[in-house]
Amino acid sequence: MHLAYPAVLSVLLFCTGLYGVLARRNAILVLMSVELMLNAVNLNLVAFDVWLRDALHSGQALTLFTIAIAAAEIGIGLSIVLMVYRNRGSSDVDRLRDTAEGPDDDSSDDPDAAAPAQRTQKAEATA
Amino acid sequence: MNLAATTQGFLSPTGVEIAFILVGLVTLGAAVMTVTTRQLVHAALWLVVALGGLAVEYLLLTAEFIAWVQVLIYLGSVVVLLLFGLMLTKAPIGRSPDADSGNRPVALAVAGTAAAALVWVVVDAFRTSWIDLDGPAQGSTDTVGAILFRHWVLPFEALSVLLLAALVGAIVLSRKHAKGSETGSATDSDSEGER
Amino acid sequence: MTTTTLAVLVPLLPFLGAAAGLLLGRKAPGFVRPLAILPTLAAAVLAVVVAVRQGGGETIDAATRFTPTGSVPIDLALHLDGFAVLVAALVGVVASCVQIYSTAYLRDDPRYPSYAALVSLFTAAMLLVVYSGDLMVLLVGWEIMGICSYFLVGHYWETPEARAASLKAFLVTKLGDVPFLIGLFALATDAGTFRITGILDAVEKGGIDHPTLIALLLLAGVAGKSAQFPLHTWLPDAMAGPTPVSALIHAATMVAAGIYFVARLLPLFASSAAALIVLAVMAAVTMVGSGLAALAQDDIKRVLAYSTIGQLGYMAGALAVADRGAAVFHLISHGAFKALLFLAAGVVIHAAGTNSLAAMSRMSGLPKRIPDAYWTMTVALLALVAIPPFAGFFSKEAVLVAAEHSALGGLTAPAAAGWTVLVAGLLAALLTAAYATRLWLLAFRGRGAEAPDHGREPRAMTSVLWLLAVPSLGLGAAFGYFDEWFDGRGLAPTLLTAVLGTGVALIGALLTYGAWRTLRHRDGLAVPMPAAAVVAHPDAAPSAVEAEAVATHEAAYGSVAGAPDPADPGRLLLGPLHRHAVTGFHLDAVYHLLFVRPVQAGAELVRFLDREVVDTYVRGSGTGANWLGVLVRRAQTGNVQTYVSVLLAGTVVLAIAAVVLSNVNAGS
Repeated sequence: MHLAYPAVLSVLLFCTGLYGVLARRNAILVLMSVELMLNAVNLNLVAFDVWLRDALHSGQALTLFTIAIAAAEIGIGLSIVLMVYRNRGSSDVDRLRDTAEGPDDDSSDDPDAAAPAQRTQKAEATA
Repeated sequence: MNLAATTQGFLSPTGVEIAFILVGLVTLGAAVMTVTTRQLVHAALWLVVALGGLAVEYLLLTAEFIAWVQVLIYLGSVVVLLLFGLMLTKAPIGRSPDADSGNRPVALAVAGTAAAALVWVVVDAFRTSWIDLDGPAQGSTDTVGAILFRHWVLPFEALSVLLLAALVGAIVLSRKHAKGSETGSATDSDSEGER
Repeated sequence: MTTTTLAVLVPLLPFLGAAAGLLLGRKAPGFVRPLAILPTLAAAVLAVVVAVRQGGGETIDAATRFTPTGSVPIDLALHLDGFAVLVAALVGVVASCVQIYSTAYLRDDPRYPSYAALVSLFTAAMLLVVYSGDLMVLLVGWEIMGICSYFLVGHYWETPEARAASLKAFLVTKLGDVPFLIGLFALATDAGTFRITGILDAVEKGGIDHPTLIALLLLAGVAGKSAQFPLHTWLPDAMAGPTPVSALIHAATMVAAGIYFVARLLPLFASSAAALIVLAVMAAVTMVGSGLAALAQDDIKRVLAYSTIGQLGYMAGALAVADRGAAVFHLISHGAFKALLFLAAGVVIHAAGTNSLAAMSRMSGLPKRIPDAYWTMTVALLALVAIPPFAGFFSKEAVLVAAEHSALGGLTAPAAAGWTVLVAGLLAALLTAAYATRLWLLAFRGRGAEAPDHGREPRAMTSVLWLLAVPSLGLGAAFGYFDEWFDGRGLAPTLLTAVLGTGVALIGALLTYGAWRTLRHRDGLAVPMPAAAVVAHPDAAPSAVEAEAVATHEAAYGSVAGAPDPADPGRLLLGPLHRHAVTGFHLDAVYHLLFVRPVQAGAELVRFLDREVVDTYVRGSGTGANWLGVLVRRAQTGNVQTYVSVLLAGTVVLAIAAVVLSNVNAGS
């Protein structure tokens, strides 16, 4: 089999996953897209392992490890998404804007008044 | 390595290749549906199709153990977890109008450019490389078992520790704490107002 | 000890006294008075010894190379001739009298230590000017005198008059000092040396290329320092300082420095006829104008100030007819009697509780309260009016004789200069007699309420007055003796000028007396003066009384200089000129228009440019940085997807660039 086929399929899957990560609003959909990316990588690893006829089969071993890590990651990721949903009422990625800076966040007129305001904002973020 | 690069022409596909291409198209289509559909649960189901297609690809590449592990883990647990997550976060049934964020054009541009560049590079690099599938199966279960428990045993054990840690962490994170969440939810509902 | 060593000590001792006074003044207040008096007294004694030793004979020159400058070197040099030693003796004696007088005058003043130290420093600087044989060292002394004058005139700096006066004195004299400095450099460049002996040699050999230009530049500095027209406006206002300061600086020493300088370098000035004529015209205008102004002043010290300006005009006139012996003779006798006049005026102000002649003329019995000041002031006024046999007669005669000789074509000066000085001198003699008589009559022949009794004036003050009365009486008779010390041209009065001069003076005095009697008759004294003219705390120390009098004069009368007094004989004598004479013929207003307003407008312009133009850029850079920050802050959206998109877009660009570059390099 021409090596190009699995390689190109892997690339296209990866870029599809990339699009999903950047374009989807719901955090769980983002996680799905991340899974797509990981699987694309797995396909690449297996294809090259078979092509190279590796004695150690490192490609396949790494694929297994990737699968396991992906499983662990999805578990943790989902629990985080659930926590966020519980605290903020939605799991939309673009609602999570605590690190944002507004245009007038650091006014030069009254630094004493601005500093406590920023401190309370940070307190809310870490709660 | 490059097996008989001169005897096989570029457009002389074998049966395996045709099968690979067809399954690959299905997989790709399902993946595209996953990232574009507006129905959240349908996205998870399309993901099932994509991952399943990949399992078939693994089989075609003679990596049978990995194929079944893929089915077991990904289709069996990961997708189920995703569905649970959708359920617990009360994902809307049916079309939701805001499934895509405002970042779509940029995402399309980045992904498209990346795809074009990578495809071009890959095709250009591996134009004359062929996988030899006629030899002994590279991914049979006993081969994989042998190498896992002979050469890769330590990372294998570390991985199990990792899974344990993930398990414990997920449980800790999703417990309802008395002091942490109640005060947090009161103040965070108005910090959510700032965009 | 050699004469040279003694001569070095003469300026050095007061300088050390000043340094010690400034350092120890606060820590050891018991030492302040001895530190003020003793070094100055010692310097006076040593100056007299040096004068006796030099005896008008050979000039003593001594020099050490101070610093090689790369072009014209500067030497620490002494040049002791007859002029130098006599003037130094005068300076020493007057300075000692002033220091002794000041111990009583500024009895309770909290700033007395610094005052005494500055007076000592001033004395040291003047002695340096007198003895110096190198023009740069002379300039150092000149400038130190200027700054000490600023500090001392501004002694009562709580009053705005004193502050303004000290700045004005400093600025006007500096205005003259800039061309002075340029003239010095030009002179040294032409002559190749700063030494006075070297320069006089160069003048003799004709080595100076532009004598007129240099002389005119130097005359600018002299006009500033010696208060000649047009740079005389600082001297009447400087009366806002303490009276002993006026006696020292504005009578005997600093203002004499300009005259002394011209006398030193007279061959240079005499080599340019144009310079002599300019000097003669300056002197004439000064003499007549100041005489007229003195007739209209109400403040007793301002009358004396204008009188000083006029007498300096006499000295300048003598120099304009190239007779420096007469000029320095008048300088010495004027120093004695003018210092006496100022110190006595201090006593009068303290006793009367006011400096206003109009208020004094409504007080009777003042002579009984202050007999020492009364008699010594009378002696000094007679010397000023040049009545024989007082000192002023002989010295003024010397000037008039020199002018007459020059007018009739005898000396090295042009005849025009001689005639100018002669005519102006006679007119000024008349005016001098007029204002002196007016002062005496208004101050001591007042009629009205009894003058208050403050007890005897302090012994320190009155004894000094009698000390200075001696030379005012007798110095003139020694003219023959002095002639040897000077150029030997003769200082004797001639019959014609003596008769003319004395006659003119008597006419002036009689006119004033007549006017005074007439106004008395018309009962002008019935018009009372404002109560505020007489100071409220007359029992305080004399300096405090004077400060208060200076501060309240303008408030009481509406003007620092004049008073609306119908019994003032000056009003009758001057007629329509009185109004202009009070303000010194509006010269201050002219200067304000010509110089002060443009400079202030320029300063406003600069301030505007700095604030609106330069500061705008400065603020603009701050604002620009702020805007840039705002722009950058807009990129911090908090949205992770945006961040990752941008990150990946950059990565893709880099990857493509790497691939393209490697392809290009590999040539495939």
